[in-house]
Amino acid sequence: MSTSRRGFLRGTFAGSAVAVGLPFLDCFLNESGTALAGTGQPLPSVFGNWFQYLGLNPGRWVPDQTGSNYKNKIELAMFDPWKERINLISGGYYHLDGRPVETHKTGVQIATLGGIPSGRESGASLDSDIADIIGRQTRFQTLDVTGTGGRFGVSKRAGAAYKPVEASPAALYRRIFGADFKDPNAAEFVPSTKALAKASVLSQVSDQRRAVLKAVGASDRARLDEYFTSLRQLEKQIAMQLEPPEPLPACKPPPSIAAEAEPGAEVTAVERNIDLFTSLLIHAVTCGQTRVFNVTMNTQGCRKAGSTQTWHGYTHEEPIDDALGYQPETTWFIMWANQLFANFLGKLEATPEGAGSVLDRMLVLWQTDHGYARTHTMDNVTTMTVGNAGGLFRTGRHIALAGDPVTRVGLTVQQGFGVRVSAWGSQSNRATRPITDMLI
Amino acid sequence: MSKRPRRAVAATIALVVVAAGAFFLWPDSTPRSAKVFQPPEVKAPRLTPEQYRAAITDVFGAHIDLGGRLEPVMRDGGLLVVGASSVSVTPAGMEQFDAMAEAISEQVLLREENRRVFLSCTPAKPDQPDDRCAAQFLTPVGERLFRRPLTEVELRSFVTAAAAAAKALGNFHEGLALSLAAMLTSPQFLFRIPVIEEDPDRSGGYRLDAYSRAARLSFFLWNTGPDAELLRAAREGELDSDRGLRRQVDRMMASPRLEEGVRAFFYDMLRFDTFETLSKDPTLFPKFSRREMADAQEQTLRTLVHLLLDEQGDYRDAFTTKKTFLTPSLAAIYQVPLAHDGPNGGVESWEPFEFSAEDPRAGILSHASFTALHSPPGRTSPTDRGKALREVLMCQNVPAPPPDVQFTVVQNTADPIHKTVRQRLIAHSTVPSCAGCHRIMDPMGLALENFDGAGEFRMVENGQPIDTSGDLDGVEFSNSLELAQVVRDNPAIPSCLVKRMTAYAFGQDLTQDQRVFLKQMRVHFRESGFKVPELMRAIVTSPEFFQAAPTRAAVPVDTITAAVGR
Repeated sequence: MSTSRRGFLRGTFAGSAVAVGLPFLDCFLNESGTALAGTGQPLPSVFGNWFQYLGLNPGRWVPDQTGSNYKNKIELAMFDPWKERINLISGGYYHLDGRPVETHKTGVQIATLGGIPSGRESGASLDSDIADIIGRQTRFQTLDVTGTGGRFGVSKRAGAAYKPVEASPAALYRRIFGADFKDPNAAEFVPSTKALAKASVLSQVSDQRRAVLKAVGASDRARLDEYFTSLRQLEKQIAMQLEPPEPLPACKPPPSIAAEAEPGAEVTAVERNIDLFTSLLIHAVTCGQTRVFNVTMNTQGCRKAGSTQTWHGYTHEEPIDDALGYQPETTWFIMWANQLFANFLGKLEATPEGAGSVLDRMLVLWQTDHGYARTHTMDNVTTMTVGNAGGLFRTGRHIALAGDPVTRVGLTVQQGFGVRVSAWGSQSNRATRPITDMLI
Repeated sequence: MSKRPRRAVAATIALVVVAAGAFFLWPDSTPRSAKVFQPPEVKAPRLTPEQYRAAITDVFGAHIDLGGRLEPVMRDGGLLVVGASSVSVTPAGMEQFDAMAEAISEQVLLREENRRVFLSCTPAKPDQPDDRCAAQFLTPVGERLFRRPLTEVELRSFVTAAAAAAKALGNFHEGLALSLAAMLTSPQFLFRIPVIEEDPDRSGGYRLDAYSRAARLSFFLWNTGPDAELLRAAREGELDSDRGLRRQVDRMMASPRLEEGVRAFFYDMLRFDTFETLSKDPTLFPKFSRREMADAQEQTLRTLVHLLLDEQGDYRDAFTTKKTFLTPSLAAIYQVPLAHDGPNGGVESWEPFEFSAEDPRAGILSHASFTALHSPPGRTSPTDRGKALREVLMCQNVPAPPPDVQFTVVQNTADPIHKTVRQRLIAHSTVPSCAGCHRIMDPMGLALENFDGAGEFRMVENGQPIDTSGDLDGVEFSNSLELAQVVRDNPAIPSCLVKRMTAYAFGQDLTQDQRVFLKQMRVHFRESGFKVPELMRAIVTSPEFFQAAPTRAAVPVDTITAAVGR
């Protein structure tokens, strides 16, 4: 077909509010549904970031073998079904460079920012850098959720504060699939006259808004720059309501979520929320709404119903069982959290898209804050990647970093997604060599 | 109660409590360089969710539904208001502000009953743009929202925007509503953009311009933007003279809105925003639901407002007062009878209440807003409570635990040997690396062990009587009532309030360069009898309050408009 869908509709629409029949959906995809026929490009890659606080038990997860023929130990055994899609990275360090450990904070900073910021200013988290490459054309540059409550996640932009996270699946549903959602497979497209008017308003006030940049100091200017970045994202969302989206056969908007999430971090509420968030994130991806998402599994307050103790509390206060050699309750939570992530992967794999599943075009990075939460260690930190992001990465290996900074993983993932970065991190956490075993 | 100082303990405290605490016990040996006030660089703080709501209520009325959620700010230096100077608007936050702006503007302009109040003109044709009528609406509303008059360029852009939208939608009011929504998502509304000018009283110095001064005054005293009278005073130059400024301060201090300012300050200082993420296990604490959490905050705020404003009382008495206000559900938690006059004994009625002299409750430390907020979901934590007392109310920073700390000696609550939390903590504190910090936190928290994780009174834990004795900075106490008195008499309590209130007023923590101002305020607070309104008045009538660092050229609004090509 010589006329692009957008070009056709622009010509038809001509700025007025009309319904446009779209009777030829399938011709916009190739035969297998794996690529957009209009561009001939494969379905775009997706980056997911899953941050699980409190880590694993040393001795119960590092495989005895490296390379592709490794065998998962007990705490990672639930990931056996995806072993060929996973890279398991052991032996990595979060280097402190003489700085004190701010427990459950320093590890997050090194894992996501590449180092420990000095002062309040710091760079962007790696998901933001990746989103700048792959997420600029979607309605949501990133989607940020928490399965365990709390208000802030692990994602941030340079010089800015950490982004708030969505704790309510019902609220996330409204945000993604509420009134402003345009079903890419709808039989007809009705452009929003209100969106048109709104775009006009924003255009009219744009110049005088930007004038404030001239009235503030350097630090405030950086914050206002972030405001304008966010405003551009909003303007893009409005513009997307004026043009019909590319059809995406795998997109099947989920049923609405009416009930608000149960507040708190009791395990059954977490399970419910993560299950709902998983579904929403999958649909957001298959419906072309985002290509980058963050799931923060903060464990503050995470506990079983009726228990006076939390997971975090157990890590510090529970004695090691002499017979077992580990903390039983703490380990229950580790296994529970890992199973939640396994369930998440199972849902991704069970969601058909093209000839395979939505997992085929994803890479999900699993990270944690400590090597051993009981004593807040910063060595031998568990890291995983799942998926090859549509062929951007090699998978199926256990890679031992042997004391290298964990930031090598972040550098590798960024390079794989096309971020132009030859080194990432600061001081001893500065990584200059990607993990070549992971890159194509 | 013995008040015998325990030198060894005090010495440990002096070593462990870091500079923040020592700062307020600083003797009169202030370095010479710190004896001159160096104005801080003024920042452009983003409105907090609470300020946003207050501003909207102020301009459009309390009947406007603000049901949505707004992007939170992160606490910095103990205050959200300070953190607001280092946050911006994320993409998700922008969506929230946009949705909120549309909801507000539709209520204001598309609901007939509201439109009659706010729109004094009628468009020539309801389906066509009308610039005159749009300007008539946008000019005063814009002045209130931007906290200064709109420039010609700004007004013209909003009027043009309203016209373009009205044309696209075929509806004047809908177009005007979209223009108002754009105003509500403007940086000029969401951020308090300061404008500075040369200070005529200090050669080479700078100060906030009159409108920025009005905004700083208003957000501090009322937690909202300036009202029409304050804007008039700014416009007519009244705020340039001491007399004019004091007249406005007198008016604002006498206004019922001062209560909102005091409430907002303590909401921030006491970290009540963290109730939003607080959870209590309903099987363990069935009486403490979301509703009781809201009531607990309100109880403390009412108590403080009554003491500090109604009675013009001594701030330190907030820690010992027996007077408070209760709802029936709070009375159930506190196990006290509550006589109420509400219709049919309305469960939502607030009643003044005074705990008996024998009752273990006195002051805000015994309120559920403290005991429950600073407890984990299923139990108490004397360490958490002690840490909160040190950090929130005494402005002292407790060091983080060492990375390799061993907690296993602190057994679980079913430990057959260490049945009470005191026994477990004592066992834990035998570890040398833990002892120092726990010694400055646990004793105060242990004195509150009679209040469980939801604030309910108890005498025993796992069948063992609870021992509530301890000491604070070497002064001993035997129970929560004595703790209350010891806290009241600790000099860090009023010093901390001065530190927090000045930071709240300036929107940033005052540093070494402004230490002389802090010292003046501490002296003033003490000499006033620790009266909070007097401290507020002293802050806002001080010349330092409006001074600004000359870190950039003064940029009057006209220059801004020139920059966009008026």
